[in-house]
Amino acid sequence: MSLELKNVGRTFADKQAVRDVSFTAKQGEIIGLLGTSGCGKSTILRAISGLDSEYDGEIAVNGKVTRDIQEEVGFIFQEPRLFPWLTVLDNVTFGLKGSKSEKEKLGKAYLENVGLNDSAHLFPKQLSGGMAQRVAIARALVTSPEILLLDEPFSALDAFTKMQLQDLLLNIWKTYQSTIVIVTHDIDEATYLCDRIIILRGQPGKIDKEIGISEPRPRARGSMLLADIKTEILESLGLNRTEVLVK
Amino acid sequence: MEKLESEVSSVLTKDYASKRKQQIKRSKNVENIVLGSIISIILLFVWEILSRLEVFPSYMLPAPSVVLGTIIGLGQDGSLWGHIGITTYRVLAGFVLGTAVAVVLGSFVGFYQKAEQLFDPMIQAFRSIPSLAWVPLFILWMGIGEPSKITMIGVGVFFPVYLNMVSGIFGVDRKLIEVGKINKLNSFQLVTRIILPASLPSFLTGLRSGLGLGWMFVVAAELMGASQGLGYLLVLGQNTLSPETILASIILFAVIGKLTDWILKIVEARALHWQDRLVKS
Ligand SMILES: Nc1ncnc2c1ncn2[C@@H]1O[C@H](COP(=O)(O)OP(=O)(O)OP(=O)(O)O)[C@@H](O)[C@H]1O
Ligand SMILES: [Mg+2]
Repeated sequence: MSLELKNVGRTFADKQAVRDVSFTAKQGEIIGLLGTSGCGKSTILRAISGLDSEYDGEIAVNGKVTRDIQEEVGFIFQEPRLFPWLTVLDNVTFGLKGSKSEKEKLGKAYLENVGLNDSAHLFPKQLSGGMAQRVAIARALVTSPEILLLDEPFSALDAFTKMQLQDLLLNIWKTYQSTIVIVTHDIDEATYLCDRIIILRGQPGKIDKEIGISEPRPRARGSMLLADIKTEILESLGLNRTEVLVK
Repeated sequence: MEKLESEVSSVLTKDYASKRKQQIKRSKNVENIVLGSIISIILLFVWEILSRLEVFPSYMLPAPSVVLGTIIGLGQDGSLWGHIGITTYRVLAGFVLGTAVAVVLGSFVGFYQKAEQLFDPMIQAFRSIPSLAWVPLFILWMGIGEPSKITMIGVGVFFPVYLNMVSGIFGVDRKLIEVGKINKLNSFQLVTRIILPASLPSFLTGLRSGLGLGWMFVVAAELMGASQGLGYLLVLGQNTLSPETILASIILFAVIGKLTDWILKIVEARALHWQDRLVKS
């Protein structure tokens, strides 16, 4: 499914958070949103998802302008947002329909994918931060959504798990040809995953730059090309000296 | 052989260690109970001795042993069970009535904004009336029998249950509701799958304070006029100048009230085992 944003802006109580954001995502495209904290990345994702319908401008899903929540949208929030009264497995299968055994089978498969097959019966209070986030990732991926919106999905995870889950995401993308919009602070992650990186800047945030990456997947992490793109991104953020993106 | 021996011994020590841990835990519990009851036991002894020495006149403050004797006497002639039974029945009936009305009104107000605008101001206004002020009216309407007593207890139970339930529903984390919305739950599913479980802790808190108020109100209701019940024992003790009957009734109120709260506490702990709390109260 394709996505099209036209002049999207959002004002909270007289304070503009983002303005004039326009981009399109073709079916199966992976778009990265990059920018410093508070420049409106989460706000844009919420507008696309339909959770927030008070934005200015227009958003079209598959060519149809709408402000409602779409059935085919999956969302990984910046926080885990697990239901504390459900077990890990029940949390994962929360959005699934169908018979119980079917749901559990699918849920267990995805728990295995995120490395939590031994924790299916635990309750959220028994999980570490990274485990909880992985459960949330499994919950969003298990419905195999056609549009996936991810808000810093991997930022709470160690480097190794992070890479595994990035590959899991790419697997799902390959199987279902999902259109993905991912917010991230991690430039390596953005260059590894995305077809296009959109850099937001300022308060209110607006699009500063778009960088396309045509390198075919699977990409080699740390290849020269990706390193060059990273430098370009850092430069456009005015950070190429310190090489840190302040969160 | 040596290896086997060491394995056996390690199993033994492990077993021993876990037993030892249990023992420590148990002795901690015992210690808590002993520490918690030491002052009351001393006071009871002092009271008993002072009463025996007739420092307290027995027609004002009888000795604990006399009070205990009264309870046992009531138990032997069989009237004790009648008193306890009828009082507990009144509390429970009022509790069920008050809770039922609170749940119905609370769900309306919690789930429909219109209902909140319609009902909530009125309920808040009624809340500022001390519930006991209704008593004369209820007696006038329903006479002095069971219905007026149970209604009164129901009124007492209603407010804490209703208020906690509504604040629980309003307090459900918006972030969790958004997860439901992204998963395309309809309103009914949002209520049953997210709002109800999320507001359960607050609801159960309401039930417990409602039950506490129920026990307070049953005393008031039975003081107004009853021919049986623990509250009737209070009146009886006053009229027959026997403080031991009054004290016996007070102790029974305390014990049974604590017991019912304890049952609710167990229900609460079962239902809310998923909660991430610092202390269990
Ligand atoms: N519900 C809200 N009410 C008022 N202001 C809000 C609300 N949500 C976001 N904002 C404001 O909008 C701006 C953008 O917020 P947003 O959450 O989109 O930032 P972000 O780019 O996701 O930041 P981060 O990287 O820290 O997650 C911030 O200045 C924030 O204060
Ligand atoms: Mg954010």
